[in-house]
Amino acid sequence: MEAYKKLPGLLTSAHAASGSVPVKLNGVTKWPGSTTEPETPIEKVTTYNNYYEFGTDKDDPSKNARNFVTSPWTVSVEGEVAKPRKFSMDEIMKLAPLEERIYRHRCVEAWSIVVPWIGYSFSTIVKLVEPTPKAKYVAFETYYDPRQMPLGGEAGIQLPYVEGLRLDEAMNPLALLCVGMYDETLPNQDGAPVRMVIPWKYGFKSIKSLVKIRFMKDQPQTTWEMYAGGSEYGFYANVNPNVDHPRWSQASERRLGPGSGLFTPKIKTQMFNGYGDQVASLYAGMDLRKNF
Amino acid sequence: MNSILTSKWTKAIVFVACLVPLALLVWRGLHDDLSADPVAFITHATGDWTLRFLVITLAITPLRKILHMPQLIRFRRMLGLFAFFYVCLHFTTWIWLDKQFVWSEMWKDVEKRRFITVGFTGFLLLIPLAVTSTAGWIRRLGGKRWRMLHRLIYVTAVLGVIHYYWLVKSDVRKPLFYGLLVAILLAWRIGTWLIGRRGHSGAAAVRREAPVTTETS
Ligand code: HEM
Repeated sequence: MEAYKKLPGLLTSAHAASGSVPVKLNGVTKWPGSTTEPETPIEKVTTYNNYYEFGTDKDDPSKNARNFVTSPWTVSVEGEVAKPRKFSMDEIMKLAPLEERIYRHRCVEAWSIVVPWIGYSFSTIVKLVEPTPKAKYVAFETYYDPRQMPLGGEAGIQLPYVEGLRLDEAMNPLALLCVGMYDETLPNQDGAPVRMVIPWKYGFKSIKSLVKIRFMKDQPQTTWEMYAGGSEYGFYANVNPNVDHPRWSQASERRLGPGSGLFTPKIKTQMFNGYGDQVASLYAGMDLRKNF
Repeated sequence: MNSILTSKWTKAIVFVACLVPLALLVWRGLHDDLSADPVAFITHATGDWTLRFLVITLAITPLRKILHMPQLIRFRRMLGLFAFFYVCLHFTTWIWLDKQFVWSEMWKDVEKRRFITVGFTGFLLLIPLAVTSTAGWIRRLGGKRWRMLHRLIYVTAVLGVIHYYWLVKSDVRKPLFYGLLVAILLAWRIGTWLIGRRGHSGAAAVRREAPVTTETS
């Protein structure tokens, strides 16, 4: 069913959702590195996104994730670590002080948003579980339950959804373990109750509804790599205006901002989505045209 | 039934109905209801309707035969022109709202991206059909040549499906659905042609098929 045929607006934000309803997060401090670009209105962020487990149209997640049960929730950390363990959601909320970080978020489909995420650096978790010297990569897995996500079987990709980072990428302070946005806990359609946000990579690397974290010796096979045999998206998927997607240019993007509309000019896409100062050194000596 | 099909009112009603998808888009636009990414929304809506009108246009001839409603021919040209109308909107959305009239970028895309290349080819092939859709052109070309030329719509429909199949990321159900419809409609033509070749009377019937200028005008 086409997005434009369905009546949107019944659920303009997740506030009206049944199941888990976002609640206000208190004691959140403001991270000093936030962008000062205008924030995308929450209505756009909650009604226009990709979450294939709930359907492949942009407004599917907002409609089909309403009753998604996200409590109780545990995140299991395993693999090459000295202290494998499970974290309950309550524990995750308290591992570190929560920060609001306003990041640019660039979708591989050449649109972008600016979102005030809430969370803390993923490195917090890494330090707690103590990776062994063999650990070189981290694999992340999204929850998958065909009963709660009946449309997942039709998305054409293999589920559960798997993403990955090199360990040093995961340790970069920008890599965010995210539990909220816009002052509240995450709405279901945006990856409740806990997700990753990797602002210098295309959005599909920022895995939602995280249930498993696995430290590994070898580079994990990610969902989109498996789908396209590596021809479509590589493992790194860093935002890069100089390397086009096979079907469209990545040189510019449509910023979905406050008041953006039909005639809003596109903006130029920045290398590493503008986070080069913090992350470019991770890729020193690598050919980013090959490792895209 | 016959009188309904031949009434000029029916034609007017079908004409207005064909404008409903556009009217809905405008209405939604005025109500700020084109999703967070209105350009993508309009591109998809107009692309969908182009393909739908191509399929509906291709369905007219089989339906005339199967339902014994030869008068349906009265609507074929109009429906074909609406396919062209929606592809013009689709193309305009792309060149104006998406590419923002940067012609160099446009050419790069046409050359480089196979889904654009086939879509663009499909669009170009429809132009001569739209131009020669008048009774005057049918006379000028002669029925046989006109029919040959207008078989280009088969190519456009196939290219439209390939365009759609190549542009989706992973969920190929909708392009396959349209592919199936186009395949059935083309297979029907091949089937009747084969049957027509065998039986003499059948062949005559196939040859007598459209265009009938007075009816289509
Ligand atoms: C007869 C010709 C054409 C047909 C039947 C057609 C049909 C379609 C359809 C069905 C879609 C997908 C709609 C959806 O996802 O719901 C689409 C998308 C699109 N078409 Fe076309 N189209 C044609 C020609 C063109 C041309 C000439 C261009 C530009 C040069 C073009 C550019 C696009 C673009 C940019 C998209 C969106 C791609 C995306 O979402 O990534 N199309 N078209």
